[in-house]
Amino acid sequence: MAEATSKGKGGGARPVAPHMQVWRWHVTMAASILTRATGIALYGGAIIAATWFTALMVGPEAFGLIMALLGTWGGKTVLFGLTVSVFYHLAAGLRHLVWDAGAGFQPRTANMTAVAAMAFALVASVVVWALAMQTGAVR
Amino acid sequence: MSGNDFRTPLSRARGLGSAHHGVSGFLVERTTSIALVPLCLWAVYAAIKVAPLGYESAVLMLRQPVNAIMSLLLISVSFLHMREGLKVVIEDYVHTPATRIVALLLNSALCWGLWSVAAFSILWVAFVGGPVH
Repeated sequence: MAEATSKGKGGGARPVAPHMQVWRWHVTMAASILTRATGIALYGGAIIAATWFTALMVGPEAFGLIMALLGTWGGKTVLFGLTVSVFYHLAAGLRHLVWDAGAGFQPRTANMTAVAAMAFALVASVVVWALAMQTGAVR
Repeated sequence: MSGNDFRTPLSRARGLGSAHHGVSGFLVERTTSIALVPLCLWAVYAAIKVAPLGYESAVLMLRQPVNAIMSLLLISVSFLHMREGLKVVIEDYVHTPATRIVALLLNSALCWGLWSVAAFSILWVAFVGGPVH
């Protein structure tokens, strides 16, 4: 294992931030990375939404084009990914709000809420898509 | 004093400390995140409702005041939240000063630009209706 110190300016041993290579993979770590990743994915989702509103203003041809694109397998995959991202980022955001209030920091609680957020995102997305397919909204 | 000039420790520290504006970014991210909880749930509901519609029906749906207002709120709060969020990501990972400033400016420009276009489109469809000529 690498020494967690380095020679600093003053010549003495100074503590350094832990390196990724010597860190054990934690579920809370994965939850944190997923929060960022889904946030960046939703940035893309907002660009798609803005394009959709613009296409609606521009006219039927532009609207038809974006709806056709979103209707392809690639488009549906992106939309499903965005659904998972919305639900995960939502749950992660609620987790952060509880942390901001000063609660939920115990390792057991933090692990549990991390797993709960991931499970919620998957289950909610599958339920929403199942409902959408059942009602004929998605074919 | 380190001896290579005659500046005092205080003059060195001036301008290097906190600008005391840091908390505003934090607050924008939290307040917008609270508002986005109901707005995102509505977005999922509205997306399912609008998915099977053709052009005319989609226009009619957005012309309903509730849908136009919710769309405007969703777009506005989302872009504010995204701008703060990606700002933190850029500040964390982009360390070269020039690249960082360009990335931060692009982030702001993209968010404000897309917000303007989307908000204008929503208002156009809500008030005028048909396609732009």
